[in-house]
Amino acid sequence: MALATDTPKDSFRLSMLIYDTRFRSITIQVVVLALFVAALSWLLNNTVQNLEAKGRSFDFGFLWQRAGYDIAQQLIPYTNDSSHGRAMFVGLINTLVLAFFGCIFATFLGVLVGVLRLSKNWLIGRLMTVYVEVFRNIPLLLWILLSYVILSETMPAPRDFRVTDEMAAAGQAPAASMYLFDSVAVTNRGLDLPAPLLTRPLGVVDLGFIQLNISVLVFLAIVGASLYANSRLLARARRIQEATGVRPSTMWKSIGLIFGPAVVFLIALGFHLEYPELKGFNFVGGIQVAHSFTALLIALVLYTAAFIAEIVRAGILAISKGQSEAAFALGMQPGRTMNLIILPQALRVIIPPLISQYLNLTKNTSLGIAVSYLDLRGTLGGITLNQTGKELECMLLMMLIYLTISLIISSLMNVYNRSVQLKSR
Amino acid sequence: MTKSAVSFVRQQMLPAVTPPTAAAGPLRWMQENLFSSPLNVVLTLLGVLLVYLLASGAAPWLLNSVWTANSLGECRDIVIASAGEGATGACWAMVRERWHQFLFGFYPSDLYWRPILALVLLFVALAPVLFAGAPRILLWGTMAYPFVAFWLLWGGSIWSPLVVVLGFVILGLVYRTLNGRLGAPVATGLGIVAAVVFWLVLDAPLAAALQSVIPLSITEVESDQFGGFLLAITIGVTAISMSLPIGILLALGRQSDMFIVKTLSVGFIEFIRGVPLITLLFTASLLLQYFLPPNTSFDLILRVIILVTFFAAAYIAEVIRGGLAALPSGQYEAADALGLDYWQAQRHIILPQALKISIPGIVSTFIGLFKDTTLVAFVGLMDPLKGITQVVRADINWKGIYWEPYIFVGAIFFVFCFGMSRYSMYLERKLKTDHR
Repeated sequence: MALATDTPKDSFRLSMLIYDTRFRSITIQVVVLALFVAALSWLLNNTVQNLEAKGRSFDFGFLWQRAGYDIAQQLIPYTNDSSHGRAMFVGLINTLVLAFFGCIFATFLGVLVGVLRLSKNWLIGRLMTVYVEVFRNIPLLLWILLSYVILSETMPAPRDFRVTDEMAAAGQAPAASMYLFDSVAVTNRGLDLPAPLLTRPLGVVDLGFIQLNISVLVFLAIVGASLYANSRLLARARRIQEATGVRPSTMWKSIGLIFGPAVVFLIALGFHLEYPELKGFNFVGGIQVAHSFTALLIALVLYTAAFIAEIVRAGILAISKGQSEAAFALGMQPGRTMNLIILPQALRVIIPPLISQYLNLTKNTSLGIAVSYLDLRGTLGGITLNQTGKELECMLLMMLIYLTISLIISSLMNVYNRSVQLKSR
Repeated sequence: MTKSAVSFVRQQMLPAVTPPTAAAGPLRWMQENLFSSPLNVVLTLLGVLLVYLLASGAAPWLLNSVWTANSLGECRDIVIASAGEGATGACWAMVRERWHQFLFGFYPSDLYWRPILALVLLFVALAPVLFAGAPRILLWGTMAYPFVAFWLLWGGSIWSPLVVVLGFVILGLVYRTLNGRLGAPVATGLGIVAAVVFWLVLDAPLAAALQSVIPLSITEVESDQFGGFLLAITIGVTAISMSLPIGILLALGRQSDMFIVKTLSVGFIEFIRGVPLITLLFTASLLLQYFLPPNTSFDLILRVIILVTFFAAAYIAEVIRGGLAALPSGQYEAADALGLDYWQAQRHIILPQALKISIPGIVSTFIGLFKDTTLVAFVGLMDPLKGITQVVRADINWKGIYWEPYIFVGAIFFVFCFGMSRYSMYLERKLKTDHR
């Protein structure tokens, strides 16, 4: 007797490849793979033919040739005698610096706006809504161009800051003045900030490719150690609180631990600020920040913060009202309710879209092309590409680097995300 | 009970007394909404200060607007003559003189009726898609719209779009005749092969032959004459309508059990999402010449549209994947239990629910795409923001103008994007089925 579960014994027919669900998925995959391989080999074949027709080769040797162009903003030493490869690194660092500061400021502004938008204050709520809607619905490029034009076309020229003898005699003020107790100057050429300097620096180690500033490294190590000590202090306080119910006061100890060693270190090395001063036709001393950087940073921060504000608002709204009511019923104060009940839950909702906003911001730094900011796209994908004519190599390398940055950020954030995720058992 | 037992009965009700001023009215409202706590008082004062600063800066500038002048200098003279020394005023005369460039780029001015007609037809074509109340017969118009719009915008012989349509007709005919004998998958495959062969081999000669027999054509417009919002809307609408189906397929591919399909989908999505749009646009303008057979060249706008479509499709695929993952697995199991095959289950059970969940994400991807059309300026196309504004600012008459063009362009973008986000809210409300 044949059971219903018996598979039919009839022989294999060709049509079963399409109509039998056991074979169909294999058929589809084979067809897809064949099409993919065919398309890929067609593209590769075309590329080889085109390269031959143009008499070009596919190699990355140009990365070791002399670049021959200058880059205004450079955080590792670079001259126009350096190689294209080094120019690429300077550009990459410029991209990362912009993305780093952009993410930090955008997070602060975005969280502030998102929380304020939920406030019961009618006026503030409306103002924040207007801000969010205006910035979300208008292209980022407009904000970049507008802030660049305003900075470079409406700010006073350096000569407007000058006080001539006649003006001093007549008691007239110059046409423009510096901000923050004469420490910051905004001119149409750039932004002049005070520079942090050390009178007794610890020196520099030259690794050939890159120079390491020991003072900065030691400072970072001290800050890291202080933070670690502080976390141990807080852990001890928590243990005592759990054992006895009384939490020892840690505020002053924390402040001393975090700031004390760093301040002592800075004083020991003779930390001081060098202020920009008007000499001749321009400001000298201090740090000059190009307007292309400032404009990009302002635009990226304002634009991304609007998106982050919406994410924060949605995250807080996603926590049911019962949670805060339960906390109040337990007698918790609003501040602790926010810190201990609402935020830990809201963060779970907020983090994943926040990561993708950071990624978007990093990718949007490539819009620096609009204001000639020499980031990775400006050096490798811009001047180097035009000078060497190695379009294929430059573009592929640039895409690969952007892809790597994206994958690193998203995997780092995914690790963090997993640590705060709800553990379902 | 006698009448006299009731000493007094009120015949008419007294009018209601207004609540005390402390408990209602504007004062109460202000106390609740503006000054409920010390922090709120500070915030309110800061807000008022901010509004005052913005208004005191912008109001005189807007009030002194000049609408007729031939140059920025003339504008300034008029403002100073009317409002006194040191006064500032908006110079909308620039917009009045150049609005057609912002809207149409360098499209021939006697042919403006064609893009305008295409835009009007776009709304007619969109009506049955966007609003369920519109008559269904309009859907045929929607299907014909891409070809009509292409012909209207680029002009040329009417036979080239018609012959392309003929390819789709061949696809349909092959499918219709073979469906009964060979089944849907084989019939569709053969239909696509037949149509592709037709497009590759017969399309161009047939169109040329028809054109020589019955010449029917309108003035041809080159792609480099496109610009402004005409360009932004052309790229935006085409990429939006093409990226949704591709995005759905990619999302299904990523959710699929088939290893190769899944790997390819994941690779495509992650690659596209990992690189900035600008690099893809440069690929369109610089690298496609390497990847295509030697001596082929096709339109830059078309190349850009293809890359922008891929870009948006990868993002939409991720949004829809979220929607698919949010569906309880009971839905998939129920579809299986009903004996539906894969495509039936997707069409009737899974996708309607998953797409409904994904509406906000899809629309915000569309808004992002429309805003990103401004980036085509970097590959040499005349987008309204950088391309056209630069042209205007390079003019000696309007040198130094910056607020007015950016406000004008920004306002138009705002209207489009804000409109899209409001439509998505309307759609969400309409499709909401949980009665909570």
